[in-house]
Amino acid sequence: MSLTEALPRVRSLRLPKADAFISWILPLTILIVWQTASAAGFIPERVLPAPSDVAIAGWRLLQTGELAQNIWVSFWRAVTGFAIGGTIGFSLGLANGLSRLSERVTDTTLQMVRNVPHLAMIPLVILWFGIDEAAKLFLVALGVFFPIYLNTLHGIRTVDPQLIEMGRSYGMTGGELFRRVIFPGALPSIFVGLRFALGIMWLTLIVAETIAASSGIGYMAMQAREFMLVDVVILSILIYALLGKLADSISRLLERLTLSWHPSFQKH
Amino acid sequence: MTAHHVTAALAQSIPVLEPATPAILVTPRPHDAVKGVTLNIRGLRKAFGSNQVLRGVDLRIPPGQFVAIVGRSGCGKSTLLRLIAGLDAYDGGSLEFEQDPASASVNVRVMFQEPRLLPWARVLSNVEVGLGAARKEHDASARAKAALAEVGLTDKVAQWPGVLSGGQKQRVALARALVSNPQVLAFDEPLGALDALTRITMQQLLERVWRDQGFTAILVTHDVAEAIALADRVIVLEEGRISLDLAIDLPRPRQRGSAEIAALEGEILDKLLG
Repeated sequence: MSLTEALPRVRSLRLPKADAFISWILPLTILIVWQTASAAGFIPERVLPAPSDVAIAGWRLLQTGELAQNIWVSFWRAVTGFAIGGTIGFSLGLANGLSRLSERVTDTTLQMVRNVPHLAMIPLVILWFGIDEAAKLFLVALGVFFPIYLNTLHGIRTVDPQLIEMGRSYGMTGGELFRRVIFPGALPSIFVGLRFALGIMWLTLIVAETIAASSGIGYMAMQAREFMLVDVVILSILIYALLGKLADSISRLLERLTLSWHPSFQKH
Repeated sequence: MTAHHVTAALAQSIPVLEPATPAILVTPRPHDAVKGVTLNIRGLRKAFGSNQVLRGVDLRIPPGQFVAIVGRSGCGKSTLLRLIAGLDAYDGGSLEFEQDPASASVNVRVMFQEPRLLPWARVLSNVEVGLGAARKEHDASARAKAALAEVGLTDKVAQWPGVLSGGQKQRVALARALVSNPQVLAFDEPLGALDALTRITMQQLLERVWRDQGFTAILVTHDVAEAIALADRVIVLEEGRISLDLAIDLPRPRQRGSAEIAALEGEILDKLLG
């Protein structure tokens, strides 16, 4: 996920129906070209099966219940891992943003851990947890933790000090100052962290599931590879793309609901 | 200099500025409206590191007076204002409010050069912030609406601050400062960032609310013409000390660009330019 994707886009919200349709033209066109090329025999079936074949594979797996089961398992891992890592990251971000002491105690350690790519922990995690659920949750939580932590901390640190002084001069203290000035001021930055974290969440899950799992979409794709079922591999990839898009849409909706005051989110 | 002349010329040539603010006539203020608090400053000193900003300021401001503090940048005028407003602590001397009963706390409010509105709160709740602890009471929104009516922004109650113009934002900030009915209102170059025409309407608005509400007004400005147009008394601050304390005994509302104002302006500018 790139930086530009993670930032709120100006005027991209409240799209009229026609505009919403425009954004789907390109994916649909690719699908049609792909189907036509496959049907005409330009693309060998063993390299890339036609979309219709992928759909048939999806239908087959849906009927056996395998597909729904695997999607559910992956979804549950993503959400749980995100909730654990996000909560810890957010809490530490708040604590370190608000308290110098807390920052002194924890920040150096966190910065050291941050510089280890969390996927490099996989061998260790497998040794600790085997291919248990805990392994996937640990990796997702670790991956999600840092973008949420760093952006929450950054958001709180960059709240306009003039506004804080204003709040204090009008008698706001502690909780109220936080609720009315600091937290709303940090929110845009927290959302940037949220969207980065969602990208990392899927990435981590895919890697973890393809390497060490006995269920989930990643596992389904690896099984299919062993049996040369290219259509199921493609299906798995498409499901990841759709789930990623869904997560992004949800975070955008949240942004629009909570940042309606922000100039980027106002009607033009 | 030229900017002041242009401003004055504009004020004379464009008399139809009034509709921007509510058409309430400036009436002489009854004396009972004055909120009895005297500000007494003796030998006030303040340093930032090795930099002595205030080197012993003595100043007594009677209740309800409109005082303007002018001076070059770095003369300590904003620092003096921040000390009066209680935003910073002073290093030496004394700063006291004298009132009856002496035990009651004095309500001092500040209006800054920047509006400092909360962008995520609508205009009405921004004004409610000004009520301090009273913002949770049931009449908070009624009082905030009354303050917004006072500055002529009744129709902007439900807006986000982001869509307002610079002058409108400052009027919201003024309403926020007024809503708690302060005894002392400190202005730190509140009109510094506004264009010439908006400045004039805002000056008229400041003068009107001051006359209506009777608070002690302390205005820090770099604009000598503005100081003379508004204040009862102009104080010139030089290198951390008061170098001139001039009473402005002109009837209100004052005629911009009149000969008396020009003469006073010349006197103060001579002092400032050495």
